[in-house]
Amino acid sequence: MTTPHKKLVLGTAFLASVVLVAGLTGCNKPAAPVAAPPPAGFTPKQMADGLFAVMSSDRAVYTKNVVARLQNDEKVIKASEHWKDEKALPLPAQMFRMGAEAVAEKNPGFTYGLLSLWPINKQNTPKTDAEKTGLKFVSDSGGKTNYYAEETLGGKKYFTAVYADVAVSKACVSCHNGHKDSPRTDFKLEDVMGGVVIRLPL
Amino acid sequence: MTAYLTYRWRGPDRTAFLPGPTSHGHYQIELACNACHTPWMGVKEKACLDCHSAELKLANDSHPKSKFTDPRNADRLKVLAADNCLTCHKEHVPERTRAMGVMLPDDYCYRCHQETVKERSSHKNYAFNSCATAGCHNYHDNTALYEDFLVKHLDEPKTKSAPRVASRALLAFLNESERWPRKSALTAAKHDAPASARADKETLHAWETTSHARAGVNCSDCHLVPDAQSKMKSWSDKLDHTACAACHKDEVGGFLAGKHGMRLAQGLPPMQPVLARQPMKREAAHRELGCTSCHGSHEFDSRRAAVESCLACHNDSHSLAYKNSPHFALWEAEVKGGAPAGSGVSCATCHLPRQKSATDSVPRVLVDHNQNANLRPNEKMVRSVCLDCHGLGFTLDALADPALVHTNFIGRPARHVESLDLAARRLLETQSKQTKP
Ligand code: HEC
Repeated sequence: MTTPHKKLVLGTAFLASVVLVAGLTGCNKPAAPVAAPPPAGFTPKQMADGLFAVMSSDRAVYTKNVVARLQNDEKVIKASEHWKDEKALPLPAQMFRMGAEAVAEKNPGFTYGLLSLWPINKQNTPKTDAEKTGLKFVSDSGGKTNYYAEETLGGKKYFTAVYADVAVSKACVSCHNGHKDSPRTDFKLEDVMGGVVIRLPL
Repeated sequence: MTAYLTYRWRGPDRTAFLPGPTSHGHYQIELACNACHTPWMGVKEKACLDCHSAELKLANDSHPKSKFTDPRNADRLKVLAADNCLTCHKEHVPERTRAMGVMLPDDYCYRCHQETVKERSSHKNYAFNSCATAGCHNYHDNTALYEDFLVKHLDEPKTKSAPRVASRALLAFLNESERWPRKSALTAAKHDAPASARADKETLHAWETTSHARAGVNCSDCHLVPDAQSKMKSWSDKLDHTACAACHKDEVGGFLAGKHGMRLAQGLPPMQPVLARQPMKREAAHRELGCTSCHGSHEFDSRRAAVESCLACHNDSHSLAYKNSPHFALWEAEVKGGAPAGSGVSCATCHLPRQKSATDSVPRVLVDHNQNANLRPNEKMVRSVCLDCHGLGFTLDALADPALVHTNFIGRPARHVESLDLAARRLLETQSKQTKP
């Protein structure tokens, strides 16, 4: 499905993202030049799964160890949509989107986002066929199965993967159910609330 | 012909090459072609962001490029290539340039936000050409217009009780900051100008009475300037903004970013009122703009710089009306000592606002010397200036009334921006929904 050259590009992008995550942990070294393709190479599915593992872990860590701990348990600081004005923590979804936008600025080839069938922010409504089918699919499967498809957007072909985004903490549920812009108010813990969509160019 | 064109290109006057007049934003630097163009007159990819990225970041740009480079927005890009500044802002086409240098018809929001009208019944009677022209939304800067901000500022009085402008508290800052060594105050007798400089009594007296002398800043601290190449310092009588920048980097940076200093920033000769498109006083036509044109050269009177210096050049209706305005009455009362510090409203209060500095480790209030930063669209002034003294509702109404701006806010707003009413209504609706079982 992919030529070795394309595998190299994806491999580089993957390394770049690992470096990006390493940056989060404080070891902020520039990406080392990649001389040869990774020995085994990655299929787009493996790449996407790897990226998702990093993203979802960071997201869960931020939600549990930063937002839920400081806001809900220790009541030290709030998380707010207007975090700058309110001198508060960015919401988990904003943290995720800021990361996605920072990645987009570096232009590593892949893009990702957080969408939902019941979005607070209408810009997060699934738009493409793969997004619509994928979000419904991961939601129907209760978050147990991922969704993979190929799609063509703006004349370019992409490998698109959709992963369930699950209510991992009570903070997710209470905030969404109570938000004035939320079209759904009956989320429960462990529900699928939306999905992470990762797109790799083919 | 070729020889003539080469001569004109190399020479000081490149006007022959202008494809058409530039917009009010760029006309001052229209002969610095390279600021925006590649050698073959393409437009540099980063030309706009080189100068405007900081303000977009500060404004928390609602439509950054990164939103549009995502392939899922490919269909939107086909409708409007919003990943490129030039889709909306073009230069050298005055017949198509409208407010804010925008080329598109006013209803451009329609292209992507049709669902808003369907989803929000409150919006169904608004035409798409009113989104960004009625004081409700902006394309880039919505920091004073977003719904929760409106909700937070519902029901505020027209004018707050005992409003004050933030104090610069420079001395407190200097005492705390590590940036400058503390020196003892100087008197005229301790000046260190060489005899050849022939410092006269008046100049020395002017200096002696300033914060400069009180902070131990002597003549040589400003007048010994390093040679561009050898870096050897030698005395200079005539100083430019670079001398001030040695200590006042942020202020000079602001000056260079606005219309007073943008020519200098591009390596062109200084701005002169005669070059301006705004009405200017005839007698000021050929003055050159630098730090001392507003601040004077030894007295550095910031009060003069806050009003009289502006009015020495500016001759438009808003400027001419100022001295009859309630804002000026407050200023006069403060200057005459009858009113508390910070209660007066000068030209600078609104156009060179005092802002909390983000770059100093010690908290500091800085005067933003880019007087264009909050000028257009004028809602940019809401947070940086107006809300210090006025409620949000009154502020939005006043700024939306061009006639009132014209007369320098003598009178009451004749316009009403409905966004606060809408926010209040929606708040009631959601509250009643949430209290229902
Ligand atoms: C304090 C409030 C708050 C918390 C806590 C919170 N969210 Fe959100 N969430 C929001 C807001 C507001 C948005 C819309 C952000 C945007 O894109 O502007 C959002 C966006 C999302 C989206 C994208 C679709 C949409 O609704 O716009 C998903 C999916 C999502 N959140 C899931 C979660 C999950 C899962 C958690 C817990 C891990 C969580 N949220 C925690 C407020 C919250």
